[in-house]
Amino acid sequence: MSDVASPGSKPGFSSDVMIQMTGVHKWFGEFHVLKDINLTVHKGERIVICGPSGSGKSTLIRCINRLEEHQKGRIVVDGTELTSDLKHIDTIRREVGIVFQQFNLFPHLTALENLSLALIWVRKMPKAKAEEIAMNYLDRVHIPEQAQKYPGQLSGGQQQRVAIARSLCMNPKIMMFDEPTSALDPEMIKEVLDVMVELAESGMTMIVVTHEMGFATAVANRVIFMDFGEIIEQNDPHNFFENPKSDRTKLFLSQILHH
Amino acid sequence: MAVVTGTGSDTRNPIARLWGNKKARSVIVQIVTMAVVFGVLALLYRNVVVNLAAIGKEFSFDFLNAPSAYDITFSPFIEYNSRSTHLRAAAVGILNTLLVASCGIVLATVMGFIMGVLRLSKNWLVNRTVYCFLEFTRNVPVLLHILFIHGLVVTQLPVPKQAMNFADSFFLTNRGFFFPAPVPEAGFWIVATVFAISVVFVIAFGRWAKKVQDETGRTYPVFWISTGAIVAATAVAFLAAGMPLSWEAPALKGFNFKGGVAIKPEFIALWLALSYYTSCFIAEIVRAGILAVSYGQTEAAYAVGLRPNRTLQLIIIPQALRVIVPPLASQYLNLTKNSSLAIAIGYMDVVATIGGISLMQTGKEMETMMIVMLTYLVFSLIIAGFMNWYNKKMALVER
Ligand SMILES: Nc1ncnc2c1ncn2[C@@H]1O[C@H](COP(=O)(O)OP(=O)(O)O)[C@@H](O)[C@H]1O
Ligand SMILES: [Mg+2]
Repeated sequence: MSDVASPGSKPGFSSDVMIQMTGVHKWFGEFHVLKDINLTVHKGERIVICGPSGSGKSTLIRCINRLEEHQKGRIVVDGTELTSDLKHIDTIRREVGIVFQQFNLFPHLTALENLSLALIWVRKMPKAKAEEIAMNYLDRVHIPEQAQKYPGQLSGGQQQRVAIARSLCMNPKIMMFDEPTSALDPEMIKEVLDVMVELAESGMTMIVVTHEMGFATAVANRVIFMDFGEIIEQNDPHNFFENPKSDRTKLFLSQILHH
Repeated sequence: MAVVTGTGSDTRNPIARLWGNKKARSVIVQIVTMAVVFGVLALLYRNVVVNLAAIGKEFSFDFLNAPSAYDITFSPFIEYNSRSTHLRAAAVGILNTLLVASCGIVLATVMGFIMGVLRLSKNWLVNRTVYCFLEFTRNVPVLLHILFIHGLVVTQLPVPKQAMNFADSFFLTNRGFFFPAPVPEAGFWIVATVFAISVVFVIAFGRWAKKVQDETGRTYPVFWISTGAIVAATAVAFLAAGMPLSWEAPALKGFNFKGGVAIKPEFIALWLALSYYTSCFIAEIVRAGILAVSYGQTEAAYAVGLRPNRTLQLIIIPQALRVIVPPLASQYLNLTKNSSLAIAIGYMDVVATIGGISLMQTGKEMETMMIVMLTYLVFSLIIAGFMNWYNKKMALVER
């Protein structure tokens, strides 16, 4: 298995490479959150990132669409390098969707408006067309009947599916998920994971921060373990769970599999 | 359960039957409540009349038609002199209250929003400076602010003879602020009409732009086009009509300025003090409102590609306003009520006119106080009505 993906490839050279992070560092003040992150994500790859709380998983994926700014190293997304150039940031945000742990739906807009808003204001689409596209995506996450409801009227699982649809309807090439099921009641986790599995089956490039090991085994090509801001280990799911190499990985796995 | 249908199957007496009908019952309850309320009011009225009669007074509003026999120095809206009636004096007072309250609300809102946003600044100096000003101002009674500003205007500004002179048209003195009054001349109505038409046009344009966006997705810089259209159309009409507007500049006559528009020191002091005092509370409300919208909202908006200004317009402001408006309305009420402190510096508001001098001259405590209370009550109801309307319109739909 290609555990350390294509070590020789340079950023932007292979059209197959969707994300290339080279020597990325980030600090919050004095605190060194990300330490020398090197990561290559290929088209169609499905990567699961796990690790203890506070290890920098969220920060890592948030750097990819500039919700956080890295201070050292390079991040190239589909051939566009992330710099402070606003055009580049716009381009990259167009290609990368993100789903948050807390859903972050817009509470003053209906489910349908949550989806159509960016189509109208960013993609400059006619309202009717935007709503048609929005309806298609609500259909895809199996809640077309909730289109006219406000987020406050939906269950957690439904809200998270609207949030997924909101990202998807911008037609991104890469979807990132930051612990999408952690804020959900247990009985709602499945409906969200099901949608994510369907998305994976459709060939979407995905980076998923999650502790749902069942999902990782079923869907991921690669599992990455992070601790203290570093990528400690990465491997295909089978080898990752069966033969973890580092002691920290073993400790972490024993903790999450025993509760 | 007994179903009352009136088919005769109910054998109870007619009153019990009526009581069993939900609709009839609610009508009865309302009638009884109204009767009780009016009964109590009538009792109070009788009580007042009888007790006033016992000390030799009559309860009546006839005095309103008698000449007031006192001067009001500040009556910008209606003609008034000492031969005018008490009714007119009351009207002047009510209008003056309305004037200072509405000017105060506008300035307090502007200042409050600016300071509220500055309080969120990451710049330590800006943030702390505003914070200190807010804390100091809020914790000193508003009456002291009014007296302080009034004192400042009256003692620190020069007498009219040595007025601070700006371009021979604007004069700042301890007798007030004087500036030229616009005097419309023949043909001015053309300019006014063009202005009105351009406003109508701009409203229509806004609707049209919204429709175009819905249909084709195209967006226009509506704000700039609208502003430009109004300014340009009005300016062209103004020039074409031969500039039908002249200015009557204030000029020094004797000890004071005559002509132009005069803003009295009492008004300036009351207006400024009420405004900056209330703006401190508004600033905190605005700050809290913006903070109440979680940062996750901004991030979600950025993540779908919205730029910061659109995020503010479409995501942050609509949510923050829901939090801001209800307490904002109660600050407007406070400002309006605090304007009754006008009497401390001799600004002739409703309390100083009908509730002050008229009262002392006629001895009609009950009647004048009722007029004053009714005035504040009406203002309060209008503001509260607006607040309820807005809340209903904007309420978040929750489970
Ligand atoms: N905006 C921030 N300012 C300062 N510290 C932060 C900020 N965001 C996250 N951190 C810190 O960075 C570390 C990594 O956070 P995060 O990436 O959220 O971890 P994870 O998602 O793995 O739980 C944590 O110790 C967290 O407290
Ligand atoms: Mg996290």
